[in-house]
Amino acid sequence: MIEVTGLTKRFGPKVAVDDLSFSVKKGEVLGFLGPNGAGKSTTMRMVTGFLPVTAGEVAICDISMIANPQEAKRKIGYLPESAPLYNDMTVQGFLKFCASMRGLGGATRREAVVKSIETCFLENVARQSIGTLSKGYRHRTCLAQSLLHDPEVLVLDEPTDGLDPNQKLEVRKLIKNLGKEKAILFSTHILEEVTAACTRAVIVDQGTIVADGTPKELEAQGDGSLYDLFHKVTSFETPAA
Amino acid sequence: MNMLTIFKRELTSYFTQPTAYAIVIVFGLLSTLFAFTQGRFWDYGDASLHSTFFVFHPLILMILVPAVSMRQWSDEHYTGTIELLGTFPVKMGSAIIGKYLAAAVVWALALALTFPMVLTVNYLGDPDLSTIFSGYLGSFMVCLTFLAITTLISAFTRDQVVALISSVAVCCLFTILGLEQVINEVRRTGPEAKSAVELMTKVGIFSHFFDATQGRISYTSLLYVFGLISVCLFGTNLALKSQRA
Repeated sequence: MIEVTGLTKRFGPKVAVDDLSFSVKKGEVLGFLGPNGAGKSTTMRMVTGFLPVTAGEVAICDISMIANPQEAKRKIGYLPESAPLYNDMTVQGFLKFCASMRGLGGATRREAVVKSIETCFLENVARQSIGTLSKGYRHRTCLAQSLLHDPEVLVLDEPTDGLDPNQKLEVRKLIKNLGKEKAILFSTHILEEVTAACTRAVIVDQGTIVADGTPKELEAQGDGSLYDLFHKVTSFETPAA
Repeated sequence: MNMLTIFKRELTSYFTQPTAYAIVIVFGLLSTLFAFTQGRFWDYGDASLHSTFFVFHPLILMILVPAVSMRQWSDEHYTGTIELLGTFPVKMGSAIIGKYLAAAVVWALALALTFPMVLTVNYLGDPDLSTIFSGYLGSFMVCLTFLAITTLISAFTRDQVVALISSVAVCCLFTILGLEQVINEVRRTGPEAKSAVELMTKVGIFSHFFDATQGRISYTSLLYVFGLISVCLFGTNLALKSQRA
């Protein structure tokens, strides 16, 4: 469902992502690990069509993101890293707006908004202004917009960032459940999340993949510890992406 | 369809925040204030409102339009919502036009709500309503032009203050270039300034504005306004694209 081949991104002389290739199939949750500045968010922005690629190919459900971005974008639900929202809107109003932008209308839109509010536990704040929400609620509101159109592919950039331990647990469960029917690519630097939610994980460092496998395989590569593997294969300091 | 969704969101945003109300009140107050002080409304007895009311609009709008629209794209950059817009299955051009039209509607409303001035001249005399309508049309053309300039500049920066200062500077330039007093000063420097005067008249907004307010909407003026708007909106699209490259 997600096919990434030879993906490269250069910002001037700086290479942020260097010839990256991976795929995520239906029913798979791929954890995208790496230190800060490794190129995770840049990769996700290219996969979702926000950033143009310097070289390489991204295909979503066999539709090229480069040749046919409008169609490919329809298949994706995306949670950006900073969970951006329009602060002047209510949660419900924002979700309605996003649903309309996704081409949903009438009863379908109403149902989609209600369902995503339920899925992300937003009932208590549905009519509240986004500007007054706590970080956890803001993050969940943005997560809710990515689920509205029931996309086949989900790209989630640090979906548990800013959540309390209970919320983290719920979101991980949600990702695991959604992963049965969808292809999910999610980035994190919390290593526990790999074993908790992923069927497979890749570790990225300085724009290239340095480790790839199931959580168990990766643990085995690190002599029983993901932390050790992470330390071994990633550089201590990476330049900012 | 998507353009309409963005248009509705933007228009609602103007009214759920104090922005639209501030535009209407401040513009209404300033334009009336100018009419009764600098415009010497009582002394002139100008029922067309041309030299007492409309003539000051470009001067007010060159500051107010950027103040209102400085956040149009800079805020999208600052809050990161541009990333949402950029990953929706929507062409950026629809978003640009949707936002632009919403702001244009708010300015149309602000102009329309100065109607007490029209009622006043109707009460005091017998004005030619078509001339007054032309005046409003001229002012709206200035709004649209300044709005397009601000839209373009706000696409380049995430800092609203930078967007405001730069937009006011450019709008001021377009206004000052066409000011009669400035053109006369340049003309006084000698016959060699003739081509400069011609250029200033064509580039400055005042001559086109005056033509419109006096009911002389020429093809040149329409080409000037809509050409400038098209260039600015097209430039906005390019600026937004290039920032992601």
